Amino acid sequence: MSAAISVSGLRKSFGHIRALDGLDLTVETGEVHGFLGPNGAGKSTTLRILLGLLRADGGTASLLGGDPWRDVTALHRRLAYVPGDVTLWPNLTGGEVIDLLGRLRGGLDPQRRARLLERFDLDPTRKGRTYSKGNRQKVALVAALASDVELLLLDEPTSGLDPLMEEVFRACIAEERRAGRTVLLSSHLLAEVEALCDRVSIIRRGRTVDTGTLDDLRHLARTTITAELAGVPAGLGDLGGVHNLTVDGTRVRLEVENDRLDAVLHRLVDAGVRSLVSRPPTLEELFLRHYQADSAPAAATAPTG
Amino acid sequence: MTALTGTGALLRLALRRDRVMIPAWVVGSASIALSTASGFRSLYPTTASRLEFSTTIVHNGTLEALYGPIYEPGSLGGLVAWRALCIIATLAAVMSVLLVVRHTRADEEAGRLELVGATAIGRRAPLAAALLVAAGADLLLGLLIAVTLPGFGLSGAGALAMGAAVAATGLVFAGAAAVSAQLMDSSRAANGLGIGLIVAAFATRAIGDSGIAGWVSWLSPMGWAERVRPFAGERPMVLLLAVAGFAVLVLAATLLVSRRDLGAGLVPPRPGPAHAPASLQGPLGLAWRLHRTQLLGWSAGVAVMGAVGGSVARSVNDFVGSSSQLEDVIRRIGGGRTLVDAYLGTVMGFFGLAAAAYAVLATLRMRTEQSAGRVEPLLATAVSRRRWAWSHLAFTLLGSAVLLATAGFAIGLGDGLRGGDLGGDLGLVFQAGLAQLPAAWVMGGIALLIYAAVPRRAVASWGVFAFFLLLSELGPILRLSGWVTGLSPFAHVARAPGSSLDLGPVLGLVAAAAVLVAAGLAELRRRDLAV
Repeated sequence: MSAAISVSGLRKSFGHIRALDGLDLTVETGEVHGFLGPNGAGKSTTLRILLGLLRADGGTASLLGGDPWRDVTALHRRLAYVPGDVTLWPNLTGGEVIDLLGRLRGGLDPQRRARLLERFDLDPTRKGRTYSKGNRQKVALVAALASDVELLLLDEPTSGLDPLMEEVFRACIAEERRAGRTVLLSSHLLAEVEALCDRVSIIRRGRTVDTGTLDDLRHLARTTITAELAGVPAGLGDLGGVHNLTVDGTRVRLEVENDRLDAVLHRLVDAGVRSLVSRPPTLEELFLRHYQADSAPAAATAPTG
Repeated sequence: MTALTGTGALLRLALRRDRVMIPAWVVGSASIALSTASGFRSLYPTTASRLEFSTTIVHNGTLEALYGPIYEPGSLGGLVAWRALCIIATLAAVMSVLLVVRHTRADEEAGRLELVGATAIGRRAPLAAALLVAAGADLLLGLLIAVTLPGFGLSGAGALAMGAAVAATGLVFAGAAAVSAQLMDSSRAANGLGIGLIVAAFATRAIGDSGIAGWVSWLSPMGWAERVRPFAGERPMVLLLAVAGFAVLVLAATLLVSRRDLGAGLVPPRPGPAHAPASLQGPLGLAWRLHRTQLLGWSAGVAVMGAVGGSVARSVNDFVGSSSQLEDVIRRIGGGRTLVDAYLGTVMGFFGLAAAAYAVLATLRMRTEQSAGRVEPLLATAVSRRRWAWSHLAFTLLGSAVLLATAGFAIGLGDGLRGGDLGGDLGLVFQAGLAQLPAAWVMGGIALLIYAAVPRRAVASWGVFAFFLLLSELGPILRLSGWVTGLSPFAHVARAPGSSLDLGPVLGLVAAAAVLVAAGLAELRRRDLAV
């Protein structure tokens, strides 16, 4: 499969503020790719460069095989974009905006439009200035999802949606994936990313710190083990790759790097296992590891992939 | 908690936000009074020279309509008040409207007032703070005029009266804007109504002062300001009219603000079409939706004012009567063959300025769209920046043409119907209107280039426009040399129908506009385009 989006070493500064500092991102055709990062990490800047709204200071970016700055209109016919903060023209109705954006992209499926309006429970006859934030977001979502495009660029598209509508959104994205479209989903809602995405890139301070499938990422992270043993375990603390060990009599709780799992299990078995719970890291833990490193850079000792 | 709790905190916030705008506007407006005083003092040092100058003015209905009557022709103060009072009062009125709307409806629209309103802030506090800011700025301007004019040897009482008249006019329009901000549910519409009222007040006063019916001027706050008569036997009691007007308007706004929801206007929103009409096909269709109300409003205003201006053109001859020497003077001022032509040329010049203002407004719409975040989704579709920019520039270029054609047609119709030679006059006046067009285009080009190069400073376009206005206003008074006044595109416009239309300056202006637009588009293509 060829890459729908391929970005490497992307740099962008606004005055003294460095927004992107050598960002890499590859989105394969047909996949739903999660783009994760705390506020201000550079997610929106990356998307704006991919849309040709901003010009990169350095690095390369290619979108659907073209140059996002040079081939703007040709590329934009093949993609749809939903910004994180949608503002509408105050005197145009939602329906008019949906039709306008669809026409500007080169066409919109009227049946899909009607179905989406119904699913998102959106009244298209209201003027832009009377919509709430969630409803403005729905207008942009319906406009994007009703167009016949290859690539969807979504920048925190569910901000302001209620949980019910978030569920509708997830179902829509699942359908898009079955239809073979590529989706780049920027988000900081981890449950959403976990439910929808094939692969994930985590960025921090304008750099990609982790990328891969969720399994890949988990492999590099630690597994949490809680065990009830027959006897008091010995020498667990001496093993490499064990963290946050607590021993309370015969109860043990520890985190272990996945490539040292084998040695730890041997020691546990030696002590006699009565019950054992092993939990892979949640995306939240993966994310928080980088996030915390962000707030305390001096303590950034966590191994990264 | 009372309805006014938190006014002080909001006031400090407003002053912090306006720390550049208010001083710049106040000092800029006051400097018109000072430069007029200094210019007139050196141009007409003796009573005799001042009387001679005044005589020519009194007999030219146009100049009296524009600036008002001269109450004290022989004194320096009388001339300064005549020339500067109405202009500064208008500037104070515009400042008041912009300030009040900015801190009420605009904040409400942007959602900032919601954030603030959730804190311990009374319902009427934002309105009160906005009015205090505007009133403070008006009084500051009045005070500045009152304390500086005596430095030119003018009487203290007169300077005080002039400052008070300016401040009072500002206050009335601050009150009008407070009401407008309650009635209209967008800041554009609120500003539009406020500015529209200023234009109406100016026009009402101009009609009254043109000598047709003097009492008409009493209907206008600008007329009140003049009738305070600074330096000409001051009548401070007239100020009470303005103060009363201010009080009534503030009361009305206060009542309105407690009767409506946050964010709502008085007219409830109606549902619109669920599908876009066929006309909303591309960027141009969208631009039409965004510009049409404004363009139609301006066209209607221009048509009415043009018809009025045209229909009084023939009466200019009656004012002058048989003095051939005076005719000569006026012809030199207006540059025309006949007095009527000279008058029409002057009137057409005003419409030229209006068309240029519209061109700036239409161009800066791009900036509004961008800062509101509405450009990004548009440019994420198959619309190029160039195509998007042209959709707005179409209104800059063609909209100003529509306005001038309307003006030319309305003036020609008004004049022709009174004069009996409809066919001949209409063609000439129509041409004279279009002769103003290249200058408006240059102004639009300047606005585009400033927006493209420094989007955050796009408002500076109005500064350039004001600078050009000051050049033509003060150039002759300060005896600036030709190349300085020639910086303004309006200096190169033919004073048609009086003088012949030279192709040279027209082509020069069109070429300048083309270069500015091309440079603006190139810059727009090059730079980052985000909120």
